[in-house]
Amino acid sequence: MNSYSSEGLLTDFAPQLARPGRTWTSWFVFFLLLFAFGMVGLYTQLTGGHIVTGMRDNVVWGIYIVNFIFFMGVSYAGALISGVMHLLKTSWRKPVIRITELITVVSLMIGPVFILFCVGRFERIPYLIMYPRIQSPIMWDVIAISTDLVGCFIFLYLSFLEDMALLRDNATALKMPQWRQKLYKFLAMGYTGDPVQRKLLYTSRNIMAAMIIAIAIIVYSVLAWIFGVTLQPGWHSTIFGPYFVIAAVFSGTGVLILLMWVFRRIYHLENYIKRQHFVNVGVLLFIVGAFYGYFTFSDYLTKWYGSVRMDKLLIDKLFRDYYWLFIFSNYVGVLLPMIIIAFPRLRTINNITFGALITILALWVNRYLIVVPTLETPYLPIQDTRLDWIRYSGTWVEWSLTLAGIAVFCMLFMIASKLVPIIAVSEMMEKEENKNNDQVGTF
Amino acid sequence: MAKKKERESSRRNFLKLGLGLGAASVAGVMSEKLMDAGEVPSNGSGEKVKVLTTNGKLIEIDAEQVGLAKKKDVYISREEARKGIPNRKFVMVIDLAKCKNARKCIEACQEGHQLPKEHEWMKVYLMQDSADAAPYWFPKPCFHCDNPLCASVCPVGATYKRSDGIVLVDTERCIGCKFCMTGCPYSARVFHWKDPEVKADPDSQYSPEMNIPPKEGTVGKCVFCPDKLRKGELPRCAEACPMGVIYFGDIIEDVVTNGTETVRFSDLMRERAGYRYLENLGTEPSVYYLPPVARLFPVERGYDGLESDIKERYNNEPFVISKENKP
Repeated sequence: MNSYSSEGLLTDFAPQLARPGRTWTSWFVFFLLLFAFGMVGLYTQLTGGHIVTGMRDNVVWGIYIVNFIFFMGVSYAGALISGVMHLLKTSWRKPVIRITELITVVSLMIGPVFILFCVGRFERIPYLIMYPRIQSPIMWDVIAISTDLVGCFIFLYLSFLEDMALLRDNATALKMPQWRQKLYKFLAMGYTGDPVQRKLLYTSRNIMAAMIIAIAIIVYSVLAWIFGVTLQPGWHSTIFGPYFVIAAVFSGTGVLILLMWVFRRIYHLENYIKRQHFVNVGVLLFIVGAFYGYFTFSDYLTKWYGSVRMDKLLIDKLFRDYYWLFIFSNYVGVLLPMIIIAFPRLRTINNITFGALITILALWVNRYLIVVPTLETPYLPIQDTRLDWIRYSGTWVEWSLTLAGIAVFCMLFMIASKLVPIIAVSEMMEKEENKNNDQVGTF
Repeated sequence: MAKKKERESSRRNFLKLGLGLGAASVAGVMSEKLMDAGEVPSNGSGEKVKVLTTNGKLIEIDAEQVGLAKKKDVYISREEARKGIPNRKFVMVIDLAKCKNARKCIEACQEGHQLPKEHEWMKVYLMQDSADAAPYWFPKPCFHCDNPLCASVCPVGATYKRSDGIVLVDTERCIGCKFCMTGCPYSARVFHWKDPEVKADPDSQYSPEMNIPPKEGTVGKCVFCPDKLRKGELPRCAEACPMGVIYFGDIIEDVVTNGTETVRFSDLMRERAGYRYLENLGTEPSVYYLPPVARLFPVERGYDGLESDIKERYNNEPFVISKENKP
């Protein structure tokens, strides 16, 4: 049941790499339209100024920053999960590790763009390089994110290399067009799989796997410190570093499950991505969710129990103006996925995916609840008659760019899935060679 | 020794400038050159006018030389604006007992810095520390902290702390990331969300000391008016305040003035129990407050003559709500 034939593998994945079909094209056009809508929003913002967003003098950061944290979180989760799975040589990782690695790179390409939308004069972004001040946490972020981007690309490429060689060698059998043959030949960099090359490749892959775990933790902590170093109530918290890292893994695991479900369906990978994979990643979701719930509880309990005025104002606001969002993100979003995983009877593929979807939404809302209510609760009371100055609500411009971000995420995944097998073929073959190791791990 | 002398002389200069202002307003007309040197120009119309100098001498000068005391604006480049005025450490003292929310400080500031109406570098809050505590008006400029978080977190050095204690924003450098705005616990900073549509004087050059014209997509805030300080004048808010609420001075010279009275800063702090707002945050503000005791006006006077939309700002304050509920 778990054995795959070497030549069968490639032919299984060949249709996936074939010319895009009608469904693929129509979805792509749909996402392209969403993207175009976002561009209309961006044009409006560029010509009209930031006044077209919902951000004002008190709430200076809004949905853009929430999206930034969200996409970066998804990315770091991808890095952490793939790095850990790779190093631990988890046997069931093989069909899902490629998706994880792609999540890392794709969301890492989208996240930082949202910062550009938030910056008042983005033509001055080069100043970050020209006049850097290392004391600023933003500069830590610039350094960390660029390191992360390079590291993740290297890791992704190293894991692609064997597949590229495989595709190059089977190009004629798979009836590939000329440009693809050339592309794979170039990307394979003359890899033939002889022992020296293999050893080099595997060693560097292990090093990169270990490195991106460390980088991911550092980068996401740095992002958390952007909030943690300020004196704002709700942000000025020592728990923010680890809390953000855990929240990132939580949301990223959710995205992984969702994508597993999507690709399993559209590319008919039922033979490769099985229920057990959903359960296994689901258990990861459970563990991380438990940690996340614990951190959230711990953070809010200490704020609520004490009597610091600003903390009290913030908690009051959360439970008054943001009641349902708070309940959804910190109760439903944590408990529901955990309950689904906890009871074996509930662990169907669709249930787990539904739980993952709730997790993703809850974590987005969680970031919103971290960013916005705090900014609405400054030390000096907001004394203003303009409603948008008192309370933030995103405008269509911000939502259009959010949708565009999601659309780009989907489009990049669609393009990637047409260029490389969405399941690491070479790793699966490795498994074929190593028969005594092919039990899918179970919980 | 030399340093002490320098201090002494700069202190004397400061006092002289403060007094000079008073004298100038008494005499009404006087040229700057004369004030300093007492020279009489040789050629002119021949018609003489009698004026009083700062050191009390009555002198005669040519009528043509007579004009309103006007000091030359010196252009301070972006590089120079980072240094600060030598041997100075500016301090502001706000006397809460005198404020009646006349908003003249805000108007003068907005006019002087060509700010759009919704931009207030100086804000006046209606504060009430707790339910039973007395409400009071609380004018709040930038605090020009000695430990400014805004300057610490700026990724490009657009906002900085100078040797004279002033924190400025170079809007030619500012990328508009707004990190400083989240960093400042006093909501002192404002952002230009749209094009401020201020017609800039084509001859004027940009200086962070004035921040004119305001630029879209950048951060602005109270600058303590270094352009005025360089001329020995008070910041616009202090100058405009009809109640003399705002004292301004130099902590090294230990002297502050609100334009009508000049007092020792340390005496004022000691006698009137001066304090800094949110001292526990450790930001070390350069703005001190005198508690609202023995007040000149009841707090309600702060509503006199306010535009309705400004009046409505204070509607949500517990003090106003409880007052309206009373029969």
